[in-house]
Amino acid sequence: MVEHFNPFTLASKQILVTGASSGIGKAIAIACAMMGATVIVTGRNEERLAETLSRMPIGDHRAISADLTKPEDIDRLVENIPKLDGFVQCAGVGSRVACKDITQKAVDYTMNANFESPVLLQAAILKNKKINKAASIVYLSSIAAWSPSMGNAIYSASKGAIISYAQCLAQELASRLIRVNCICPAMVWTDLVLQDGVTRDDLLEDEKRYPLKRYGTPEDIANLAIYMLSDASSWMTGSSIEISGGIIKL
Amino acid sequence: MELNEFVANLAEQFDDTDASVITKDCHFRELEEYSSLVGMSIIAMAKTQYGKSISGADIRSCTTVEDLFNLVSNK
Repeated sequence: MVEHFNPFTLASKQILVTGASSGIGKAIAIACAMMGATVIVTGRNEERLAETLSRMPIGDHRAISADLTKPEDIDRLVENIPKLDGFVQCAGVGSRVACKDITQKAVDYTMNANFESPVLLQAAILKNKKINKAASIVYLSSIAAWSPSMGNAIYSASKGAIISYAQCLAQELASRLIRVNCICPAMVWTDLVLQDGVTRDDLLEDEKRYPLKRYGTPEDIANLAIYMLSDASSWMTGSSIEISGGIIKL
Repeated sequence: MELNEFVANLAEQFDDTDASVITKDCHFRELEEYSSLVGMSIIAMAKTQYGKSISGADIRSCTTVEDLFNLVSNK
């Protein structure tokens, strides 16, 4: 039976992916479906969620659109999901602003989406008992959490905050064998990296610095998410895994 | 948008460069204090004070302060 050996299968798992309308979240949602999971995708844009679903193999997958910065949307989402075996929090935003230009609005924009909403959604899922024993929870963090760059202060802080949070959550859920881990990518080609004055040409130049000579793709990250969601990673919890094309820490 | 006001706002983005140096004809990117961080503050200024989105490449296409003013005006 060696030909059927597949420790990474997600067959019969129910997995919720936030931020699934684009970028890394979309790639993870599609990859989960291809590995046999039943996937629930959520994000703000209904049309783009439908596009994500259309890329999945046939199954009982569905989309629930929600703006996770709104408490009523979190409640509605949690009410409408089954008990989860896997949960990937990819919803997030980026911003680039120098420390002296940081405003309350800028702090709220990034911290609400990258820290507050994932934490409150997680609390709602736990309170409503929507997670199975031995489930796997994955947060999309970033190497930015410990790798500083100019203009990235709030984003870095938000990604560091989620790592600290996830480590505590891992402690609290370990007795039920629920695992909590973070993925910390370096630059990945998504819409998120092309904003606040950065152009594609700037990034094409920057990616040459990477030992593997390129930025990541959403699929590169999805493959790590598959491992973390599968039973292959049963002994991994509280970990933050760097996936970076070899770029060295500053 | 008014040029003199723009010049004054731009001068505000510098900490150690005397405001009198920042004129419409000033080659702002050649100033000793100029850096990518100042560029980032200029992008933030264009956004918050003028509601315009500009890129780092846009800034690099400008030589004088007036070039930058025209760039932001025409966005």
